Amino acid sequence: MSESWPQWEIFVRSEAGLAHKHVGSLHAADARMALENARDLYTRRNEGVSIWVVESTDVHAIDPSEAEAFFEPSQDKQYRHPTFYHVPDGVKHL
Amino acid sequence: MTTPFLDARAQYVLRLADNALVLAQRLCAWIGHAPVMEEDVALANVSLDLLGQARLWLAYAGELEGAGRDEDALAYHRDVREFRNVLLVERPNGDFAATTVRGYLYDLWAHFALSELARSKDDRIAGIAQKALKENAYHLRRSEDWLVRLGDGTQESRERTQRAVNDLWRYTGELFLGDDVDALMQSRGIGFSPEALLDPWLERVRESFSTATLEVPADAWMQRGGKQGVHTEALGYVLAEMQVLPRAMPEATW
Repeated sequence: MSESWPQWEIFVRSEAGLAHKHVGSLHAADARMALENARDLYTRRNEGVSIWVVESTDVHAIDPSEAEAFFEPSQDKQYRHPTFYHVPDGVKHL
Repeated sequence: MTTPFLDARAQYVLRLADNALVLAQRLCAWIGHAPVMEEDVALANVSLDLLGQARLWLAYAGELEGAGRDEDALAYHRDVREFRNVLLVERPNGDFAATTVRGYLYDLWAHFALSELARSKDDRIAGIAQKALKENAYHLRRSEDWLVRLGDGTQESRERTQRAVNDLWRYTGELFLGDDVDALMQSRGIGFSPEALLDPWLERVRESFSTATLEVPADAWMQRGGKQGVHTEALGYVLAEMQVLPRAMPEATW
């Protein structure tokens, strides 16, 4: 049965203000069922306040062979990190 | 000594407890057997919700009874004739369609019943009902969704679902049949009139069945007796499995 159901990627927001985070995937016949299954599989221990479901085929990812071109150039650009500032004493949440 | 009023109230709460307890026990038998893994977990969740409700109702029934029986004593050490659940919830799981239809018919009744009980003059009853109502809203959403998916699904799923409807329909009459206990509880503002739930229940059943391309069975003979302790043969098997361990080893803990 599940063989003919599409796969869905599940994103759960754990509390208001935070981003939805990918938590896993499941099978469901449509979006409504995917939301219900996600509720039962991923939020049964009070993990969430919101759920997004996306059909897995709608998620586009880079080819692993392209990873070098995508990410390596940023490795030697240390000046992009805000590490050259002096942090005043007493600032806690920077 | 308990008064007749207390007896009636204990009995009233025990009926609510046993509905939830027996259906919880039925549903947990699906664990490891559901058609897909996602449904396996979902059915277990519903079962656990109902078990939680049953515990609250049982604990209160035990207090009202005043005979020193706690939730475990009531769940594990009563025989068939002492159970007060409606017949519908003890019916066998059958296939997934039968479980879905049984769940839908019960969840919809529970929706209306709990809505009434949430306004009970008995604060304990109102509190338990308000908590259960939130869980019920999700159970009903799921069972109604599945009813439509199966009814308006393939030819086979439609046939199986209609067969389940035809089999289970005779157990729905009891849900809307009041007796002395119901009348007393209603007159005290504690309970509701079972008869008054029929029209809104039936209206929603007709809507859902229409969407699901299912036929509402014609008026037929309705089974009754569960609320008074007269059950179908099915309940004995449910209790045997549920009670075997605490009866064989009364002091067992884990």
